[in-house]
Amino acid sequence: MRRAVAILAPLVLVALLLGGWELACRALAVPAYFLPAPSAIGASLVADAPLLLSSAWNTLAMALMALLLASAFACTLALLTATSRTVERAVHPLAVVLQVTPVVAIAPLVVIWAGLAHPERAVVSLAAVVAFFPIFSGALTGLKAADPDLERLFDLYGASRWQKLSRLRLPSAVPYLLEGHKVAAGLAIIGAVVAEFVAGSGGAQGLAWRILEAGNRLQTARMFAALAVLGLMGAALHALFQMAERWALMRWGGR
Amino acid sequence: MTIAALEAVEVDYPRGRALGPFDLSLEAGEIVALVGPSGCGKSTALRLLAGLEAPTRGTVRRAAGRGETSVVFQAATLAPWLSAAANVALPLELAGLPRARARAQALEALGRVGLAGAENARPAQLSGGMAMRVSLARALVTRPRLLLLDEPFAALDEITRRALADDVLVLWTELKPAIVFVTHNVEEAVYMAERVVVMTPGPGRAAGETAIDAAMPRLPRFRTTAPFRHAAEAVSNQLAAAMA
Repeated sequence: MRRAVAILAPLVLVALLLGGWELACRALAVPAYFLPAPSAIGASLVADAPLLLSSAWNTLAMALMALLLASAFACTLALLTATSRTVERAVHPLAVVLQVTPVVAIAPLVVIWAGLAHPERAVVSLAAVVAFFPIFSGALTGLKAADPDLERLFDLYGASRWQKLSRLRLPSAVPYLLEGHKVAAGLAIIGAVVAEFVAGSGGAQGLAWRILEAGNRLQTARMFAALAVLGLMGAALHALFQMAERWALMRWGGR
Repeated sequence: MTIAALEAVEVDYPRGRALGPFDLSLEAGEIVALVGPSGCGKSTALRLLAGLEAPTRGTVRRAAGRGETSVVFQAATLAPWLSAAANVALPLELAGLPRARARAQALEALGRVGLAGAENARPAQLSGGMAMRVSLARALVTRPRLLLLDEPFAALDEITRRALADDVLVLWTELKPAIVFVTHNVEEAVYMAERVVVMTPGPGRAAGETAIDAAMPRLPRFRTTAPFRHAAEAVSNQLAAAMA
């Protein structure tokens, strides 16, 4: 009973909001280019489904590629950084500067570097920049998160540096790495969409491009439909990573 | 034969002196308890004996080599991603023993602490007492000549800690390591040790020593005898004097 309520409550709220929206649009005769009724958005979702889905796939593919790139770079750099305090001191300020610089601000530069003919490269690079930091800082924290007493035991047993890394610090870092990748996956989507806007060319044909294109043509219902797909895709990806994280943590800690 | 000795050691930390000057000499197969308030440098003394830390002044002598010293901490300190058997096998594998042989010895050590059948459990699936037994098995699997116990039962309930104290004594009769046992429980110290050294609050110095004159290994009924009560009283008095 409580479970049913927990599932139904948000659905009922959404239905009420949509109903109110629909009624208001009809009663006040709001122009469709200004605020389309949910029914019009639904119609657009159905009619434009093939286009929206292929655009969503483009955005998702670019975001996932960015995530892979970011993961490879961030993990390698974290490993190098974690081996010495000096390297960490040297790298950390740069990583922070990279993190606090808005991706929109560096986008035009990356678009030039990627070449105007390859906006998808710019999108992937920019999304990777955004996804880099949570993985890097998670990996770095994780590599230093080993139980100090366990570390003393490894010293006592005469473990080599390599043994300490591979058998203590890397396994200790696993939960932090999982968390970092989960956060980074969400950010990669945001980064891809922002980069698509700035790249502002049809070459990358993602959801952001659909939104821009529909906006320019005052097809507001399609804008909403694209937004809905974007939101659903982000939520689904987050849920997927959450499940993967839980599963992996269970395997890792045997709980 | 002296297995390890601290000679006039002093340890200074940035916030002040933690230990010393302090002397402690340990014969092979002997059980010594260090009793003192929190922050009296007991754990520092153990780290010196283990060779995990060097004294600021003074000398540490160790006859037991690297592979012959084991430590058990207050927490079980197990790797959560490894099974009980893999945790126990770890010191052997780090020393270069082949996997299969390390596992076989680990299973034997688990059996010795009464955990046969729990070898595939992860630390998260074990109770506090069981996790501590795994930790003990890991410390004993290398057959150490020097076993350092740093308040190993402090986080456990009274019944479990008494059971574990008896387990340690049984294991001691089998393997005869020298044991240094840090605790702030006077009864536990008197029950387990042949010598109880009382330490002053930081910087830790020896405030007194009591020889516990009773046959080893001790049996639970020792707790109700007059010699036990007298020894506990003597140690308590020394502790009270040290604190004043």
